Amino acid sequence: MNIMMLLEMAASAFPARKAFYDPTVDQDISYEELLREARTKSQVLRESGTNRCVLLDTTNLGIPIALFSSAWAGIPYVPINYRLTLDEIDALLERVQPAFLITDSDREPRYQGRKALRVVSRDEFREATPINSNDDFHWSMEPDEVAVLLFTSGTTGIPKAAVMRQRHLCSYILGSVEFMSASEDEATLVSVPPYHIAGIGAILSSVYSGRRVVQMSQFDAEEWLQLAKDHNVTTAFVVPTMLARIVKALEGETTAGLPNLQSIAYGGGKMPRSVVERALQLFPDTEFTNAYGLTETSSTITVLGPEEHRQALSSNDIDVRRRLASVGTPLPGIELDIRDSDGNSLSDGSHGEVYVRGDQVSGEYEGRGSTLDTDGWFCTRDAGYIKGGYLFLEGRSDDVIVRGGENLSPGEIEDVLLDHACVEDAAVVGIPSNEWGESVAAVVCLDGVVSVSDLQDWVRNRMRSSRVPEVIEFWEDLPYNETGKLLRRVIRERLSD
Amino acid sequence: MAVLSTGQRLKSGVCTTEIMVITAPQEDLDLTCGGAPMTANGDDSNPGLNPEFADGTTIGKRYVNADGKLEILCVKPGDGSLAIGGDKLKLKDSKKLPKTD
Repeated sequence: MNIMMLLEMAASAFPARKAFYDPTVDQDISYEELLREARTKSQVLRESGTNRCVLLDTTNLGIPIALFSSAWAGIPYVPINYRLTLDEIDALLERVQPAFLITDSDREPRYQGRKALRVVSRDEFREATPINSNDDFHWSMEPDEVAVLLFTSGTTGIPKAAVMRQRHLCSYILGSVEFMSASEDEATLVSVPPYHIAGIGAILSSVYSGRRVVQMSQFDAEEWLQLAKDHNVTTAFVVPTMLARIVKALEGETTAGLPNLQSIAYGGGKMPRSVVERALQLFPDTEFTNAYGLTETSSTITVLGPEEHRQALSSNDIDVRRRLASVGTPLPGIELDIRDSDGNSLSDGSHGEVYVRGDQVSGEYEGRGSTLDTDGWFCTRDAGYIKGGYLFLEGRSDDVIVRGGENLSPGEIEDVLLDHACVEDAAVVGIPSNEWGESVAAVVCLDGVVSVSDLQDWVRNRMRSSRVPEVIEFWEDLPYNETGKLLRRVIRERLSD
Repeated sequence: MAVLSTGQRLKSGVCTTEIMVITAPQEDLDLTCGGAPMTANGDDSNPGLNPEFADGTTIGKRYVNADGKLEILCVKPGDGSLAIGGDKLKLKDSKKLPKTD
């Protein structure tokens, strides 16, 4: 297995179709051209004698070429977060060199001359050709070859390098995407950064389905709406912060005016219900899908589809309506289990940790090996429960608040706070307490006027008294990272100051 | 007869069909296309396409045997039919999934 085979199939079935389009330079590349570029650059990579292809750049046409040529050359592709500090980037480079480094021309001089790096700018990479071309060299079909090393976002500590082998990525695509299922006039707007698992997933699933990718290198809500309009975008994936900004940019409008936008998928963090509900009004012709996945599971493992969104909105059945707060049901080939802290399976509706098993699940980190148990199960470290087949998430299990021996889920309390008309956003964390070990604190962003005691009464009337936040602070904004992950560590630090 | 392994690529000897093994049982199997054995190099020392096995293969489609333990992907289309021990493989039904990323 090799992701190159997916591209080879696309290039043989629809060679002249446009595969990727970069509006910043108004250039595109067809599947046939992408295959040819992957061949050329794989030989450049091999001749460089390095054993990693590192990408430190924003989205551009070179990105799919780097991904596929690495797979052809048989070396891991390593996209690095360009928003990290220079010291943080150096620390990651130390861990992956000797490497071939592709970066933007502004950064290039900083890395030139380093012994363990062969550095090229984005443009130099596009122009590079091998000294001795060898067209007999074929990619390996060895399923265990490493395709991608992806650093996790490191919201809780030093970033870990998740290992994705060819079989994980191929299994994900073969299990979730139908070959050539997109028509020639379809296009997807990709605004997630290249170092995010959804960015890798977007390249592979678009190539296999034959859907043209419109690349967006820096997300901006106004520009996103403009690109969607100008390039006849039919599908898009967004993280919660992006959808929240899009909804905000449309304040005062009745619709987004994008009748061709058939579907929006969202995931990558907790989506406030008010944002989804507002989005459903603004995009009346658009189907919504909620996807849940992790880097370690090669992207999506559960999906709440468009039909379920509609049913949840129109149903009188409270359980069906609550599904809008779930992440849906597992993809074919994916199994889920909820377990307690001792690893015992729990019954339907019981709260515990989410475990997942399937061919696309890697659960492996460089230097640490596989974290799967002997039966192949991966512990996601996400807290949650399954009800009627639907998975509900309650935040990271490390974030569970233990108050006087009772386990409290921040997500549950946040949901109740968010139901208040004056609450725009809310985060609940545990803070040290002499009496209870930990006690509940909430940080709330307001859209209206309400007092601390009113909010405490609001929670007290709806939940057990142990859940009522002892501390509530009103903040302007909550801290999120650029891909929409709430930074609870930062909230805890600011609260303790 | 051979034990097939995940990721293995095989070619037909009598048409342009090429496949990749997705999953296979740990047992000897006689995989044919167009009535002739499939091999790594597409060995063409065969009499030609057997008209009994000439329904054609479709790129991107997955094919399974009766018990579902063998699953293969067609990566290049051709005129032959895929079979195990003379039993034609069936197209695998795929559930239409919403696009997620």
